[in-house]
Amino acid sequence: MAEVRLRKVVKRFDDVEAVRGIDLDIADHEFVVLVGPSGCGKSTTLRMVAGLEDISDGEVLIGGDVVNDVPPKDRDIAMVFQNYALYPHMTVFQNMSFGLRLKHYPKAEIKKRVDEAARILDIAELLDRKPKQLSGGQRQRVAMGRAIVRNPKVFLFDEPLSNLDAKLRVAMRTEIKKVHQQVRTTTIYVTHDQVEAMTLADRVVVMNNGRIEQIGTPNQLYHTPETRFVAGFIGSPAMNFIPCQLEERAGALSIRLTDSLAFPVPEAKASRYRGRAANGSMLLGLRPEHITEAHGHLEPGAVPFEARLEVTEPMGMETLVYFGVNGAQVCGRVNPNSGAREGAALRLAANLNNMHLIDEATGRVI
Amino acid sequence: MADTAIAAPAQRVRRRKYGSMSRDRTWALRWSYFFLTLFVIFFLLPPVYMLITSLKTSAEISTAANPWWVFNPTLENYRELVTSPQYLGYFRNSVLVSVIVVAVTMLISVPAAFALSRMKFWGSATLATGVFLTYLVPDTLLFIPLFKMFATFADWTGIQLINRWYVLLIVYPTLTVPFCTWIMIGYFASIPKELDEAALIDGAGWLQTLTKVFIPVALPGLIAATIFAFTVSWAQFLYPLAFTTSTEQLVLPVGIITSLIKGDVFNWGQIMTGALLGAAPPLIIYAFLMDYYIAGLTAGATKG
Amino acid sequence: MVDATLSQVEVARPAGKRSSLRRTIERKSTIAFFMALPLIVLITLLVVYPALYSMHLATLNKSMERFVGFGNFLFLFKRETFWKVVQQSCIFAITAVVFKAIIGFVVAHFVHNIPAKGQRKWRGMLLVPWVIPPAMSCLAWLWLFDPSYSAFNWVLGHLGIGPIPWTGDAHWARFSVILVNIWIGAPFFMIMYLAALKSVPDQLYEAAAIDGANWWQRTCYITLPMMRNIIAITALFSLIVTFANFDIVQILTAGGPIDMTHVFATWSFRLGIQGNDIPLGAAVSLFMVPILAVAAIFILRDITRRGSEV
Repeated sequence: MAEVRLRKVVKRFDDVEAVRGIDLDIADHEFVVLVGPSGCGKSTTLRMVAGLEDISDGEVLIGGDVVNDVPPKDRDIAMVFQNYALYPHMTVFQNMSFGLRLKHYPKAEIKKRVDEAARILDIAELLDRKPKQLSGGQRQRVAMGRAIVRNPKVFLFDEPLSNLDAKLRVAMRTEIKKVHQQVRTTTIYVTHDQVEAMTLADRVVVMNNGRIEQIGTPNQLYHTPETRFVAGFIGSPAMNFIPCQLEERAGALSIRLTDSLAFPVPEAKASRYRGRAANGSMLLGLRPEHITEAHGHLEPGAVPFEARLEVTEPMGMETLVYFGVNGAQVCGRVNPNSGAREGAALRLAANLNNMHLIDEATGRVI
Repeated sequence: MADTAIAAPAQRVRRRKYGSMSRDRTWALRWSYFFLTLFVIFFLLPPVYMLITSLKTSAEISTAANPWWVFNPTLENYRELVTSPQYLGYFRNSVLVSVIVVAVTMLISVPAAFALSRMKFWGSATLATGVFLTYLVPDTLLFIPLFKMFATFADWTGIQLINRWYVLLIVYPTLTVPFCTWIMIGYFASIPKELDEAALIDGAGWLQTLTKVFIPVALPGLIAATIFAFTVSWAQFLYPLAFTTSTEQLVLPVGIITSLIKGDVFNWGQIMTGALLGAAPPLIIYAFLMDYYIAGLTAGATKG
Repeated sequence: MVDATLSQVEVARPAGKRSSLRRTIERKSTIAFFMALPLIVLITLLVVYPALYSMHLATLNKSMERFVGFGNFLFLFKRETFWKVVQQSCIFAITAVVFKAIIGFVVAHFVHNIPAKGQRKWRGMLLVPWVIPPAMSCLAWLWLFDPSYSAFNWVLGHLGIGPIPWTGDAHWARFSVILVNIWIGAPFFMIMYLAALKSVPDQLYEAAAIDGANWWQRTCYITLPMMRNIIAITALFSLIVTFANFDIVQILTAGGPIDMTHVFATWSFRLGIQGNDIPLGAAVSLFMVPILAVAAIFILRDITRRGSEV
């Protein structure tokens, strides 16, 4: 086991920079998830760690050694692919032991390791089957088993759950987490699914356009995003962004959304934004769960307002309501008993204690 | 009363409509079987007639009796051919040529296909297209220059290739290798890239990836290519006709035609027996490996 | 040679200028080149060189000592037989391909019509003509066409139709070689079309049926357009093979009677190998090149297109 370190790693494909200088330190035993939209460079980064892609610039270190020049087989890593990449002509046992057999491990040792991995993954009774005879979830387990038996320094997962149906994906997510808690191997996990990232990771690395947007624990990313991209990427339904102006009148800050609608900035946030007023156009970022129906008694920081609902989506435990403010579609989450109806007006409350203010020009959260 | 009177015909109409639809289908099916039977008769007529004739004596063949029936079945023709050293020589030459050509073809085309589909090098894309175009060059275009080339080669080195059965080992691969390479490229290209990456991480070198992963995974394609190479070598007629003349150097197709047809005396019973036995190896392979045979046949039209 | 390249790479390692990963990739393409080398040698030496050599040969005189330029070609143009061969080659190839395509299409439809579990058996029987080596099956046809013992004529005689000179009369001989060619080649079309028919998704037919299309409309607007590429590729393949065909004509008629059934392949064999005039034979065979080249270009285009579709 080992820590992994990326120093200014760059990947160029014929003059196109897919990865534009990534710095990342991953501690021993840590579970790090690289997340971002497709084409953001997350898979390329992973493949550079694996040695499947040449590193154009910068350094990758595994366990303190620069591995730029080390071929994949000598990097002591194991990888789980999106389509599992199981050898179709080999049994589960042969699949899992292929790497060890190539390295001429003694038979008894191979058997011991495979049995141990099979026990962890609960696939002991499948060892004689061929991949074709397995379900999607079982193939996924075998692919993980193939990684585990090699007892590598680092596990690399490349969108391992994307080929599974929604229900199985949730189950396998838990499974992966359990396995990591047992084997404690340093893990880098790539996904485009932010829920997977949030639920699995010790730390999440959000990537966009070949760069790291933010690194942090799931909670940090959720509650204190640093950029508009992270704010919008993490969380479902996504954070609302409403064009606005920050106004300061007689020492009191307020967010002006439209001519007729402005929210006073609560005391808790005011110090942060002071001096930024009239500083160009801004975006008010507010998560749907912070727009709820207004009770008689308002929480601190909550501001009531009236909205005409355009669409309502009952989800059972809550109802999502959509309405327009200043040209942006805004989503709120209200109680199913609040009487929200399409086309009708509803009195809502926005909790500005949880607001984010984004400078539209730089895309950074203020 | 009135209600039932109206309802009844309506019901009958509906029922008849359903009935006519399934009846249409039944008739379509019957016609299909009828025409398929006609076509099968047409397609199987010559081989069946070969079998009929092969069971007859020369005397029976030359009578005016019904040629479609065997009145005195005999295995005499088979016995004679199987004990004829000449025919056995043709058969041995054919087997030798076909088996060696298959082996050579596989040794050339499998590594080449692997290189062309997975390990890009300068000009590899052009070469893949070239392989396909080569496959389209017919034997009838090449036999004359090849004949002259072998003659010149003999003048230069003193090594005589014309009228030696092993000259076929040199020319048959021009027919088998391009196609086999082409379909193996197709089969290899259909193997997901992650599979060789997994092998790479597992520590397999290129040779191990080829032998332990690619060849087993593409085994159906390999079988199809082998069948193709064998049947082409077995059936080739022009090259042996042009390049070999002595009886002991001939392969089956040419051997039967040049030696069993002696002047105007056609011993049809023996010719048919010889042809049927000569057709047997491909037919047997086809009977047992039909799916691979057909896969190989259709694979040529899909891009590798 | 391989060793030398490999050791060169080994030597380069201590220098360590470039990343070894990149070096592995470079070495990889060197290995790849050597893996493809036998193929390259084979194609160059035994296909490309002979093809070019053939063009050279065609410009020599009979004893191959003197350059005669286009002399052989001009000589051919003056001979009536040559124009007969051109005509017969075209008739032979086009008629045969058209009928093979039609019969293949019809039979494929019938096979596709019947329940799936019986299809294998029928398909198996229908492909037999393609599996038998042509030289062998042509012998059977030759025997069926025999002037005195023809089994066909025996049947026709019982129906009151006079004996047909299958290979004796020029026109009947032309008919016979085409018939045999269709017999051998139609199963190939059938298999290709059947594979194409099976690749048309059922939902398309269901959607068309709901839109009210009848059988004929479904064939015209769904089946044929979906199969167009396969039909074209198969027909072009077959055109090449048929145009360059040798076995059938050689065995059935050997070009006769009075050179009426000669095609380019058999005539160049007669002149070049049997007549010992290699340059003239080469010249005749070269006349196949333009048509083969055009067909090959179209195949390549269709296959590339098909590849990008799938």
